[in-house]
Amino acid sequence: MATAALDFLPAPLRSLRLKTKQQELLLRVSALALIYVLAFAVRLFSVLRYESMIHEFDPYFNYRTTLFLSENGFSEFWNWFDSESWYPLGRVVGGTLFPGLMVTAALLHRLLRALSLAVHIREVCVLTAPFFAANTTLVAYAFGREIWDSGAGLVAAALIAIVPGYISRSVAGSYDNEGVAIFALLLTFYLFVRAVNTGSLAWALASAFGYFYMVSAWGGYVFIINLVPLYVLVLLVTGRYSQRLYVAYNCMYVLGMLLAMQIRFVGFQHVQSGEHMAAMGVFFLLQVFFFLDWVKYLLNDARLFKSFLRITLTCVITVGTLALVIGTASGYISPWTGRFYSLLDPTYAKDHIPIIASVSEHQPTAWSSFMFDFHILLFLFPAGLYFCFKRLSDATIFIVMYGLTSMYFAGVMVRLILVAAPAVCLISAIAASATIKNLTTLIRTKSKSPQVTSGKTTGSKAAAKGAVDQSLPFQHNAAIALLLGAFYLLSRYAIHCTWVTSEAYSSPSIVLAARGHNGGRVIFDDYREAYYWLRQNTPPDAKIMSWWDYGYQITAMGNRTVIVDNNTWNNTHIATVGRAMSSYEDEAYEIMQSLDVNYVLVVFGGVTGYSSDDINKFLWMVRIGGGVFPVIKEPDYLVNGEYRVDKGAAPKMLNCLMYKLCYYRFGELTTEYGKPPGYDRVRGVEIGNKDIKLEYLEEAYTTSNWIVRIYKVKPPKNRS
Amino acid sequence: MPRATSDAKLLIQSLTKAYAATPTNLKIIDLYVICAVATALMQVAYMGLVGSFPFNSFLSGVLSCIGTAVLAVCLRIQVNKDNKEFKDLPPERAFADFILCNLVLHLVIMNFLG
Repeated sequence: MATAALDFLPAPLRSLRLKTKQQELLLRVSALALIYVLAFAVRLFSVLRYESMIHEFDPYFNYRTTLFLSENGFSEFWNWFDSESWYPLGRVVGGTLFPGLMVTAALLHRLLRALSLAVHIREVCVLTAPFFAANTTLVAYAFGREIWDSGAGLVAAALIAIVPGYISRSVAGSYDNEGVAIFALLLTFYLFVRAVNTGSLAWALASAFGYFYMVSAWGGYVFIINLVPLYVLVLLVTGRYSQRLYVAYNCMYVLGMLLAMQIRFVGFQHVQSGEHMAAMGVFFLLQVFFFLDWVKYLLNDARLFKSFLRITLTCVITVGTLALVIGTASGYISPWTGRFYSLLDPTYAKDHIPIIASVSEHQPTAWSSFMFDFHILLFLFPAGLYFCFKRLSDATIFIVMYGLTSMYFAGVMVRLILVAAPAVCLISAIAASATIKNLTTLIRTKSKSPQVTSGKTTGSKAAAKGAVDQSLPFQHNAAIALLLGAFYLLSRYAIHCTWVTSEAYSSPSIVLAARGHNGGRVIFDDYREAYYWLRQNTPPDAKIMSWWDYGYQITAMGNRTVIVDNNTWNNTHIATVGRAMSSYEDEAYEIMQSLDVNYVLVVFGGVTGYSSDDINKFLWMVRIGGGVFPVIKEPDYLVNGEYRVDKGAAPKMLNCLMYKLCYYRFGELTTEYGKPPGYDRVRGVEIGNKDIKLEYLEEAYTTSNWIVRIYKVKPPKNRS
Repeated sequence: MPRATSDAKLLIQSLTKAYAATPTNLKIIDLYVICAVATALMQVAYMGLVGSFPFNSFLSGVLSCIGTAVLAVCLRIQVNKDNKEFKDLPPERAFADFILCNLVLHLVIMNFLG
């Protein structure tokens, strides 16, 4: 068939005639190459629209540390004590971060410099996440091929290249741990499944290295160290114990654990923390299984083995439970930390740890978020589960478990949709690939004339299909219609993903854009304006107090010392800042004197309608401050349980430091045509206290759209 | 009771008889495993005497013994001629994997010893 089709080509090209296997290889390689480029290109919207800059808050810390690493070398970086944040405590940076991302970007930068391409490290940082997203598609292809077949692998690569759940955290400029971590996660899982399938020590060693890369990149490695033992347990319970599993898990666990303990931030948690105990328990269980298996093989006698089994099991169970009880009761094995415990009990954080509950990414997921981030994958996922259960093997059991556990966690916390995205893509790819394969097979079989009489079954597939074709005359047409429907759905998916990426996930958050009256685009670059003012107009040892959201950006761009930043490792320090913001000016002045504060920075959106400002975050400041200092009570700031800033607001609210700093001189400003002066465009009301006088602070700088306001703390008055 | 003791005696007898029939190379690997585990137990006993500071040194010592024991058991599985799952694997490849994993293990241990 293929040879006849090429007869119209001139003679020299005809010699390029490829055999079917080579054609297939060419198609596969070109499809993968296009998918690779697509995954990189679709993430570049914000670079093209704005400029090549780092987005959001956390990436600024990562950028600052990468800059430090590339300038001072690895040893300085690993032992770095940063005195510019968390004044006066400082922060041991080397021991409290996950170095994987920074080391990767620094290595890439060095490689490019070695190839004489002199790029600035910021460009490398901005484009690290899209580069690793493209690599993830290759790993997804290999994983899909391992679980099902190469067709499913290709579909998985294509789906994961544009799935919005993954794009949201790996767009160009989003220089955050997850960009690299998802690549490491999928790579570890792929290498482990390959090790279980082949039983080879080399693949298990590779998966241990993959796990090491994951531990160095993200705190979410806890998911791997719990999912893999759970998977081994499920295999043991369903009677699928095999010696390949023993080899794979043991090598990965011992080597992976040792490698992981080299990261200072993780330390000894693998042997002391309750979150890692499942892996150790399964390790011992596997030794018991292997031992029993070996004794059974040696004895060759069922009755003797049964008595041996009884003795061993009782011993093992008593020793195991004793160790667990003693460990937990004596406090040696620490219980699950709040961050991960709130995944099992979603109401825990709201009651006990307000700082975890206040982060918007930690809220439970709404149905609309699932649809927004997954689109057609939502209904392809159950279909894929059905296919996996039809062809159960060690590999499909793994992907089913990964899919179900990650979907549960994605339902608990919005941020974890990212972890579920690869599983959903793989399982949906199985469904899509298997369905399309069946449909195309139906189209390609010719309807044979009935050689076989009705009662006989020859057992050959073609004859059976011929018999089936006889009974359903429209099967051929139905298959074509269904195939067209499948292609339509996939094309809608592609359109949806591109639209979502363009509209929702490509905003840098530090530069805001809006539509003006005449439809033209208006850019608000107030944040960078304020940070550069700080950099150029304040003394180098000035200390800035602001809410913790802006800490990383102030240190990275303003190059000044901050009191608290996004690391949020010291709740009392943050509560002190929260208390200062919610007190009257004189009490706040005492707190600021004790912290050596020189400047205060607040974010105010009332003039532009920017709703993520400090007045909207104020109640969280009160709650966190009140959690440590009972003198701050939340009901003092509310009227009948309602949060108001207009004339009817609580007197404490109208006179607290945050209110005064945000609305200073705002009462004279007219923000909207037809509204009185002092009309707050975010809250939609006229403010209550227009005549604000500051006694201990003076206004230093307000940006052009009033978004960031900086105040200087006056030194104490001279005694007369 | 006499049933149990006679059962236990029978158990031990048949175990020793069956074990004596295993090939010599597997017995050598078993001896290596027993030595490694014994070393680990001695280190744990020593830790019980003098306390666990510095913890990283203790962990690296114990884990190097346990790790090499576990890798030797994996080698034994792959080299055993009665194992149908691994009959395509040449024993030289199994040994090379064993050496490689041990190399990585001990390099990490040397970094971790402090």
